[in-house]
Amino acid sequence: MTDQVLPQVTDLPSTIAALKERFPEAVKDDTRAGYEGVIVEAARLPEIARAIRDEFGFNYLSSLTAVDYLGHGDHLEVVYHAFRVPSGGKPLVFKAQTSRDDAVIPSLVSVYPGADFQEREAYDLYGIHFAGHPNLKRILLWEGFEGYPMRKDYQEAYYEQETKPFDSRWPGGDVFRGEEHNPFGHNVRYPAGFTLDDYKPETEAEFQQSMALGVDIMGDPAFRTDRLLVNLGPHHPSTHGVFRMMVALTGETIESLEPVMGYLHRNHEKIGERNTWYGNMPFTDRLDYISSMCNNMAYAITVEQMMRGQASVPYRAEVIRVLMSELTRITNHLWSIGFLLNDLGAFFTPALYAIQTREYILDFFEATAGARMMCNYMRIGGVFKDLTARIRSEAALMNDKVRDMDTMDYLDQLINERLPRSIDELDELLSESEIIKSRCIGVGLLPAEMAIAYSAAGPLLRASGVPYDIRRANPYSIYPELEFDVCTRPNGDIYDRYYLRLDEMRQSVRILKQLLPRLKDTAGQPIFGGKTSYSIKVPAGEAYGFAENPKGELGFYCVSVGGGNAWRYHVRAPSFINLTPLGEMSKGQKVADVVAILGSIDIVLGETDR
Amino acid sequence: MSNGEVNLRELHHPDIPVPEEMQSNIAVTSLSSLYNWARSRSLWPMLFGLACCAIEMIATAASRYDLARFGMEVMRASPRQADLMIVSGTVTKKMIVPIVRLYNQMPEPKYVLAMGACASGGGPFKEGYNVVSGIDKYVPVDVYVPGCPPTPQALLYGLIALQKKIEKQSLGVGASVPWYGAGPSEEIPVPILGPDIIDPRHAELLRKEAQKNRVTPTVAEATTAATAEQAPA
Repeated sequence: MTDQVLPQVTDLPSTIAALKERFPEAVKDDTRAGYEGVIVEAARLPEIARAIRDEFGFNYLSSLTAVDYLGHGDHLEVVYHAFRVPSGGKPLVFKAQTSRDDAVIPSLVSVYPGADFQEREAYDLYGIHFAGHPNLKRILLWEGFEGYPMRKDYQEAYYEQETKPFDSRWPGGDVFRGEEHNPFGHNVRYPAGFTLDDYKPETEAEFQQSMALGVDIMGDPAFRTDRLLVNLGPHHPSTHGVFRMMVALTGETIESLEPVMGYLHRNHEKIGERNTWYGNMPFTDRLDYISSMCNNMAYAITVEQMMRGQASVPYRAEVIRVLMSELTRITNHLWSIGFLLNDLGAFFTPALYAIQTREYILDFFEATAGARMMCNYMRIGGVFKDLTARIRSEAALMNDKVRDMDTMDYLDQLINERLPRSIDELDELLSESEIIKSRCIGVGLLPAEMAIAYSAAGPLLRASGVPYDIRRANPYSIYPELEFDVCTRPNGDIYDRYYLRLDEMRQSVRILKQLLPRLKDTAGQPIFGGKTSYSIKVPAGEAYGFAENPKGELGFYCVSVGGGNAWRYHVRAPSFINLTPLGEMSKGQKVADVVAILGSIDIVLGETDR
Repeated sequence: MSNGEVNLRELHHPDIPVPEEMQSNIAVTSLSSLYNWARSRSLWPMLFGLACCAIEMIATAASRYDLARFGMEVMRASPRQADLMIVSGTVTKKMIVPIVRLYNQMPEPKYVLAMGACASGGGPFKEGYNVVSGIDKYVPVDVYVPGCPPTPQALLYGLIALQKKIEKQSLGVGASVPWYGAGPSEEIPVPILGPDIIDPRHAELLRKEAQKNRVTPTVAEATTAATAEQAPA
């Protein structure tokens, strides 16, 4: 692989002009201050989207989300961000509006299959009906849940006030527990007059019946012989968390599969819209909790974009950010490879090798940010603390030496010796293993066109031979001045996804080696260029900030109405959207392979369910 | 216990002296201490991860922190084979249903360790509409480990605290734990996914609230009502 110079598409304004010419009545500029893109007439959306995809080349629908403009026009708006893949460049933003009372928008699943889960999420949380969606039902919550919780007029049981800081907590500090004011002492809220007396919840059989799997468990006489409906999860050792899959089998072969999620839906977005802009930073840690540093960075980039130059990041802070991001990429890929092997049956030994190396990186994070996992390290306009002079591992354990050394020496040793050695070791132990090859090669295929259509991102996309990496396609931070290759693999099977992660770790080490001299040169320079206040006000407008996370494109779509809190805070989570093609990838495979296919996608439930 | 040797001195009854030279071979002890000593050192946790804390739980089980030193390396995926449920992460309303079911499926004696802020009380996500404010709203908890997430050291400390707790449990009549009593304790009723999560134990309370025929107040509404009541006085 050589350095690929990807052409930069800069003709977004002319694209929009051409689009308006093509659909003069239906496409209009979004003229609100701080907004970009076009507003499309909802009724003609599929036709226009098809043109955007086929005629203008925006073949990759990255993000789809909804915004409730209650009190700011009183309408619901669905926002689409489409990219050209693999050539890159800025996204085309198009929006469709509908009324709050009778919210209907045509579904785009037929144009962009990647819209499937995202439309279901918008239906679940905003109550927008996507006409023509093949399987429109709740995805994160359950059928029967009362209300659409992301709407601005929805108040949760522990609702106190629209935005933080709450008057009861600050400055008085009159803290109470939410339970104290709830008659049930729980975080619950029931509609008027609700009792259990004549209430019939959805039974498990009804739930299984509702799966779009084509298995009629009630009436199908063949069902009890060779056709089976198998439930995997949410408590299952190889679902990487609380993930559930309903699988229809013929013998051992998968007929169809439907993911069931939401078991870790902990309301990031609703809480995020009550938080202050700074207050969201620690919550981003808990999205993809294996790569907290990268999450921090994507969120910081988004808000910096919205601050329109009021928070500029100094050079040293950029160097540290990239250092942290690439180290995080290595920890994530180590973890992912270790646990993929777990799923293949090599129980825990490869994972132990991977975790051992990861600990060295976590020690560095702990010394710098103060926490091993939830680093909460980056700020809007830089990072919060410079590297410490010395690094000391705090774990004084029997089988572990207490390390106390100069940070730069530690990094030098880590980057030049330990990490390359560990990566080679994994490569040597695993890549040629006969079992791994026979279980992984040709299994879980995802062709390139399908990967793009299903909005797959990150290693999943690149292992299908699509050279799309945001660090090159839409460069941010100091990536343009760093040398590295966008790795791809041609076949799109489990083995390629595994091997691509090894390749990417080697590229990360290559980047890290270039960072070491930059770190030395910039020692003592400022690390923060933002506002040093407890809270910031962000100018009204919208922004979609995104970064190449270890799992794929992590995007934040934020809307500000000028206050100290986000009006809309949406997370475009790679783990969530990468699951969209899981059903297609599993079709025709054996049931034992579905676990490996899921492992090769590399999901984290904190991000999938948010 | 070092080098795999069993230290019988841990077991000696304080009131019954054993000659010094025999102390490494003979122990005079009570059945309770012997039983608890063996049991607390062979706890099998359930292989059960919910969220971020599960990653630290795995790190605790890995080579650096090495849970095996405390006899807990056998993580069982089946609740039927597990003694200890480490609730490692945010408990959501959708997930509490399987969790209660898993807890009911564990054979007694069984223990629950709430790992981290979320499992203990809701944590940073407490106000969320799909979050349960702590696993102890549904199942009894033996040890709470604070942290977000707790470091592996903190989890180890919590597990050692649990071992100490087990050592104090008596087999005798009038025991402090249900499973040494007359029979197995009652199952916890499985919550229902309704318009919101429903604890079946609240059926009566629900009926009472429904008679008032009103939506359950939010915290904000309840506090305003409380201030209004106080105002005339």
